[in-house]
Amino acid sequence: MSGSLKGSDIVSIRDFSREQIEQVLNVAEKMVPIAKGEEKSIELEGRVLGSLFYEPSTRTRLSFEAAMARLGGRTLGFDEPKGSSVAKGETLADTIRMVDAYSDVIVLRHPQEGAARLAGHFAEKPVINAGDGAGQHPTQTLLDLFTIRNEKGGIDGNHVVIVGDLKYGRTVHSLSEALSMFGAKLTFVAPPTLQMPKEHVKHIESKGLKPRISNSLNEVIGDADVLYVTRIQKERFPDLAEYQKVAGAFTINRTMLREAKKDLIIMHPLPRVNEIDPGVDDTEHARYFVQAFNGVPVRMALLSMVLGGME
Amino acid sequence: MKEFKVTPIRNGTVIDHIGVGMALKVLRIIGVREDVSSTVSVLMHVPSKKGSWKDIVKIEDRELDPKELDKVALISPDATINIIRDYNVAEKFVVEVPERVKGIMRCSNPGCITNQNEPVEPEFVVEAKKPLALRCKYCDRLTTDIAENIV
Repeated sequence: MSGSLKGSDIVSIRDFSREQIEQVLNVAEKMVPIAKGEEKSIELEGRVLGSLFYEPSTRTRLSFEAAMARLGGRTLGFDEPKGSSVAKGETLADTIRMVDAYSDVIVLRHPQEGAARLAGHFAEKPVINAGDGAGQHPTQTLLDLFTIRNEKGGIDGNHVVIVGDLKYGRTVHSLSEALSMFGAKLTFVAPPTLQMPKEHVKHIESKGLKPRISNSLNEVIGDADVLYVTRIQKERFPDLAEYQKVAGAFTINRTMLREAKKDLIIMHPLPRVNEIDPGVDDTEHARYFVQAFNGVPVRMALLSMVLGGME
Repeated sequence: MKEFKVTPIRNGTVIDHIGVGMALKVLRIIGVREDVSSTVSVLMHVPSKKGSWKDIVKIEDRELDPKELDKVALISPDATINIIRDYNVAEKFVVEVPERVKGIMRCSNPGCITNQNEPVEPEFVVEAKKPLALRCKYCDRLTTDIAENIV
């Protein structure tokens, strides 16, 4: 991708230049009052979003629908393939060709990696990847960057500590690559079996950064500007006792935050299970609900930009 | 007089300088099977002029097309191709690893959409040549075990 996003597919954060990311965040900033319902917009009036969710999702799907509605557009699609022609064995390529004919922009979540790239291959209209299996989830990354920029006044130079399942978590792979583009200082905290894959660490090092690898949250929390928490999934552990031990060591609570900087912000892509104690919710550090809201203005910006609205 | 272990062929293709031990894989990827209709000679562990060892494959009455040659390059990047016409070397060239690989390999990621029943040819960008690493255009995953994933 280069320059304007008009007509572009949004598949992977790797397709973006730093300038393009900043452009999206700037447009998202202008969308905030509309996203909050304080201002009205008919920018995408008469436009139709084809929303194909082959996997369950609450935040991503609803925030795309909210984004389209706030800009005056409409959404059609499904939130589970059951009952659609997909259940009869239709290929993704055929479903995409059909939805391409019915809509102006397509949002796709699919369990198979590379599904969005494939959809982009068959669709004339822009395709936005809303998560493809263990692969990419670029709109999550953009809203994470938007949150950091808004809450910290910028991205460069912040020390971002990413904690949780760094091996399988797709959001942390895209996020850490994007943060490296902005020169943020990175620390990865995870049990050794769930650490960041070497390939991603190498990619980040190729940008001239040296991420710190740790398995102790207490060791690094005092120096963090942003703490990005993700869920450690029970099913990754063959032994339940081992899971409980690990999950316990990576749970954020008020006691742990005594060591933290006053202006540390805590983020989480949600849903959380017990990685963040509810007692943290009303501290000045918690930003995960703001982050969830930010999905709306960021997705509004993307919809508007790929449809040739705001630049 | 020089003694030949395998006699020269009249028409066909000689693939020389195949990495030692790779000849059988070369046969497999270019589709030489039990129903082959022309004579195929396989020489393994042959001393090369450079002082090391190599494999050679000779296929009579068949000239490999570029797509087949790309496949050979993927598993044996130093191989040379000799097209033989009437006992003479009509064309000779070294195989080249292409920049992009399309349709001749499957993605090693079982979760990749190209391994489902979709009407699309897997496509890779060559990320590194030695050792060879191919990145899937669709799922972004790297494949390094090339021979195992040739279709």
